[in-house]
Order: sequence, then structure tokens, then C-alpha cells
Amino acid sequence: MTEQAIKNISASELVTEVLHLKHENWRLMQIHATKLKADEPSYEISYSFVKEYELYNLRIVVTPETEIMSISDIYEPAFIYENEITALFDLNIKMISLDYHGNLYRLNNKTPFK
Amino acid sequence: MNVMVFAKTALKNLFSTPATKMYPQVPAQYPERTRGHVTIDIDTCIFCGICQRKCPTGAIKVDRPSKSWSIEPYGCVQCANCVECCPKKCLGMGTAYTTPGGEKKVETHVQPPKPEQPAAPASAASAPSQAASSAAAPAAESTEYTMVEVDMAQCILCGLCGKKCPVDVITVDRTAKTWSINRDECILCENCISACPKKCMTMQKSAAQPAGTDTRTKAVPEAAPKASAAPAPAAAPADEAKGDSKPDAETP
Amino acid sequence: MSTRSVVPFGPQHPVLPEPIHLDLVLEDETVVEAIPSIGFIHRGLEKLVEQRDFQDYVYVAERICGICSFMHGMGYCESVEHIMDIEVPDRAKYLRTIWCEFSRLHSHLLWLGLLADAFGFESLFMHSWRLREKILDMFEISTGGRLIFSVNKVGGVRKDMDSDMLHQFETTLVDMEKDMRELTKTFLNDYSVKTRLKGIGILSKQEAFDLGAAGPFMRASGIALDNRKLGYAAYGNLDFEPIISNECDCYARCYVRTQELFQSVDLIRQAIAKIPAGEISAPVKGFPKGEYFMRVEQPRGEGLYYVKGNGTKFLDRVRVRTPTFANLPAMLKTLKGAQLADVPILILTIDPCISCTER
Repeated sequence: MTEQAIKNISASELVTEVLHLKHENWRLMQIHATKLKADEPSYEISYSFVKEYELYNLRIVVTPETEIMSISDIYEPAFIYENEITALFDLNIKMISLDYHGNLYRLNNKTPFK
Repeated sequence: MNVMVFAKTALKNLFSTPATKMYPQVPAQYPERTRGHVTIDIDTCIFCGICQRKCPTGAIKVDRPSKSWSIEPYGCVQCANCVECCPKKCLGMGTAYTTPGGEKKVETHVQPPKPEQPAAPASAASAPSQAASSAAAPAAESTEYTMVEVDMAQCILCGLCGKKCPVDVITVDRTAKTWSINRDECILCENCISACPKKCMTMQKSAAQPAGTDTRTKAVPEAAPKASAAPAPAAAPADEAKGDSKPDAETP
Repeated sequence: MSTRSVVPFGPQHPVLPEPIHLDLVLEDETVVEAIPSIGFIHRGLEKLVEQRDFQDYVYVAERICGICSFMHGMGYCESVEHIMDIEVPDRAKYLRTIWCEFSRLHSHLLWLGLLADAFGFESLFMHSWRLREKILDMFEISTGGRLIFSVNKVGGVRKDMDSDMLHQFETTLVDMEKDMRELTKTFLNDYSVKTRLKGIGILSKQEAFDLGAAGPFMRASGIALDNRKLGYAAYGNLDFEPIISNECDCYARCYVRTQELFQSVDLIRQAIAKIPAGEISAPVKGFPKGEYFMRVEQPRGEGLYYVKGNGTKFLDRVRVRTPTFANLPAMLKTLKGAQLADVPILILTIDPCISCTER
């Protein structure tokens, strides 16, 4: 398996790391969450950035109670990915620039991926 | 001049037939690879159920005791996964698409009972199966069962049979040199037999209904190299393995 | 102070191939803000991966969308192949490239037809789709399906195209290229088309960069990035450059897509000339364990396929990030300040594929 550039950081370092990347002209590509199979529910959120053709990822591991800061004021398109994560996984992302409060998808069963 | 760009095409279209066909009055001509609907040659089917497991939409239902194979044509997405994974190659892909209808339907095919069973009554529709209940016991004496068997002398414990088994009933332990099979769950699809690189697995007839877990051990002679098992030491465990001694035979 | 009114756009609208809802806040006829609301086609396909064997999931992945279906199947397969270190034979790579470029052709022709329909030029719409039928016939002959091919599998492809078939396709392409030149001449030079497209929906280069636009939408604003340059499948052996335009308006996006049509025809010709003989699939042993981010260039832009396996036959996570998802914030930016009558054209210029967006 070819190596992929993934940097594991803590949720509190997220905004500083993202600011570094923004200053170095990286573009945000996507944000997604994966549920980790562990005894207590925990999730890992991966942030993917591209510059020219290079891909770089940041990863944080969170629990449903962790307060995650939104990066939508640094990278504007982040709001749509963060809303998707709150809608599907019910994670706690604060201060999203356009917040749908979990209603981005019109679903009958809320937070299906939880 | 921009007005004349499409002039040639427009004139051509004026004097030629339409590009569309009057379907369904004119029957459609499909190329040979078109995946239209699933067809089955029911006489060859062994009701292993692999197609049911592989179907992404769950449109196929296989019932082993009653020897029936059914499909919901409107649930089928014509992916041809079942056609590819059928071990007996009895499934095929027809080119015509299912005609639209007002209601969902289920197409069922039932295999007619085979006429050449020795001493089997003509009306023995309840076929031998792993899941046969004891109510079929009176008919069981006259019908034969089949089960997977391995020649441990040839077996190299590679484990491919276990990997290819769609129901994961075969376990191969290289360190302990054992091959074991859970006969209650085996669906007799013969995938293991075709996967074996040494061709040391066969389907054997058995008078009693196979049940429980069978384990075979490969005897390793003291001085002989691991790959080639000498016939003399291996014959003894092979003989005792081929006998009818089943460790824990539970009659269902 | 002009009064504001909210006009709902969608989910059903003649220009939309798939349903999306936008709440347009208008002041007289000018759009001040647009708030999207999606979720009409959410099928939870990413959750389905926990219940389908990873090899059977290819069939689910390619049914995420009908227009970009081949690329979804291919992106998923390539991702799993990277995790499992499977070496796909060269012939399979070339076959995948040929089918990819045909997919791009059919997708762009579909889009051109929808664009013509959006500004009312229905006969041009019919001409584009008539050309597209020829490609769909070629798909049916080679793979068995018109839109959903079911020809990708982990380790390679299922069906082969022998040299007779490839030669037949090449001849059809020669005729098609002539028809496409006729078509694109109208799209690019017709007076009424130009009035509807020029100067509408400007997205500057810096905005496209900041808002994370992808694909032809981004290349029309002057950013020269094309994921096919990453060299997946057989693209490393083919010769091409990303097509860009510096005008940043709807006309530029139309121009980029029409030029990509001819670029695709050229790539298909190159691939058919270079295709080697050999096997079309490699055996798959074991189960995937690990993760991989795979990027492909879909007709609409950059698509990401993230697959995470844990050593069993069911995968942990499949994440598909499609280009329309990335283009949505940029589209909302172009909508601000547009006239209400231009809104359908602006939404169409991102080539919205909402079933990809929502999976």
C-alpha cells in the first residue's frame, strides 16, 4: 500500500494547523468522518487538502462530546462538509458559518451513520 | 455564415427516415452482450445459494429443500454478478429487457425430480438436503447424500478451499495440520473442489446424512520432507478418516 | 429600499437532471442570496458498504449516478487495488481509459444538450442527444449496458474489446467528430447563444481557488489543474494538457467542455493505438486492510474515493466526494447578483449531478 500523507493531531491544534495550510496556499478538498470500532463510540475526522497535484490530510480523533471548531471561516467551502458530518454523525462542530443544525439532508431517521 | 451551419444535416434529415424506431411495434435489436434479464437452466442448478448471496439487491431467492429458484425481475439490476459466480454455470443473461408491467412479480423455477434415483419412490419430491428434518427420515434410507471429502495424503494445507468457501465452513490449520469442515452449514457448491490446486477434494456419496464437524489430520512422517507424504504412514490415518467414524454426529 | 422575496427553485425544474432545492432571496429581479437544501436523493450508499462484500460493492458504487457511473466504479476499484497492492494488467488499464473517455464524451454531450434546452434552443438539444446515442450504442455493444456498464471489478475489467470492435469504434468516432464540429460551431458562434452566456456568472480565478471549485468550472476561471495528469489508469502514457479559458463566465465553461470533447476523441485514438495485448484482470486474494485516498477526474471535476478496510470482507468506510459537492459553494457565489432568468443557466454550468452529491 502506497503511503499517504496523513498527520494525526488533536482537536485543539486543528485551527492552528489549518491556518498554516491556508497561508501556504493549500486548497480544502474534503472533510469526512469515520466511525471507529471501539468500545466507546469514537470517530476520526479527516481533512484533505490539495496543492497542485499533491494531497495532504489532517486527522483528529473525537468522541461525540468533543467540541470541534469549524474551519468554515478559514476555508469557506468547509461549511457544507461540516454540516454533512453533523447531520449524519451527530458530532459537535461549533461556529459553522452557515449552520443547518443537522437538517442538511431531509431524513426520516436522523443521524443514520452514528 | 451562421445560418448555414446545420443546413447539410437539416437537408439530410428531411429526406431520410427518423433516427428512432417504432418500438414496441418494431422489435428491438439488441447487441449480443446486452444484459437484459437473467435466465436459468434449472436442471443443472445445485441450489447452492451463491447467487442469492452475491446479488446486490437481493432479488434472487433459492430454496434448497423444495428445489426452487426464484427471481424478482423488477428487483434485478442486470449486473450479471450471479451469472459470473454460479459454480455450475447454469445462469445466463438474455438480451431482451423485462417488459414493463403494472405489478411486481416473482418468477419461480422448480427443478423436476430426477428420474434415475435407484430405489427412490417416483413421488420423492423432498430431496436430500442438509436441512432435511427427521420427518424425511423414512425416505432418507433410500436416497443418497453427498459430502465434501479430502484426500489428506495429497493435501498441502494451503487453505485455498477455506478462502473460496462462500459460507466459511472450512478451516485449515497449518500448524496443527488439520482440515475441518462444518457439514451442517456446507451448501455443496463445490467451490472448494474447483479451488484446490492439488485436486485432492471430491464429492463423495454418503448413506447417512452428513452432520456435525469433521476434522482430518495430515500425518507427517518423521524423516520424510513435508511436501510429499509417504504413502505408508499416511495410509493409516487416511483409512481411518475415510471410515464412518464421526466425532460428534448430531442427528437434527 | 426594495422589497425582498423568497422564491423556491426546485426540486423539480425543467433544467435540472436531478432534484435540488434552492431558496432564492430576490430584490426585484436580482438574486441577493441563495440557500441550498439537498437530500432528495440520499440513499445512504456509504452505509451500505457495511453489508456488502467489498467485491460486490462495485455494483453499488457504479449506481451512485447514471451519468458518471463508470468513473465511480473505477475510482472505487482503483482505491481497493491500491490498498491490496494488486497490479492491474496494462490492457485492463487501457480499456478502463477508453471507457472513461467515452464516458466523458457522453456526459459532456448530455450537458450541452441540457444547456441548449435551458435557454430554449430545443433543436440543438435534440442534435446533441442524437450524437450521444451513438456513444450509448457503442457502450451497449462493448459492455452490455447503455449507462451502467458493470464492467469494472477489483483487479481489472470483466469484458474485453477486441481489435475489430476497437476499429469499428474508431470509424464511428471519425463521423462523430464531424458532427461534433458542426454542433460546437453553433454553441460557440451563434448570436442568441452568446447573448445568453457571455458575461453571465463571473467567478474570478481567486474566488474559484478559495471556494474549492473543481473540474471545467474551475478550468474556465483559468486554473490549469486536471486530475488525469496524476497518471492513474493509462493516463500516464497519453499526451494531453488541461484545457483552460481565462474569461471566467458561462461562455468560457461551455467553451472548455466543447474543447474537452475533442480532447477526449484524441485521447481515445491515442489509447486505441497504444493498447497492448494481454490479460484483462488480476486475481484477488484476501481482504483489504488499510486505507487509501484515490482521486480521479470525473467529467464534472475532481472526485475523491476514500476506502478503509479492516481485513474482513466488509469494508469500514467508503467515502465518495464528488465534484458537484465541491462546486456548490462556488455556484452559490455566482448566483449572488444574477438575474432570476439566468439562474437556471448558472446552476447548469456547474453540471450538477445531485445523485453523486448525495449518494
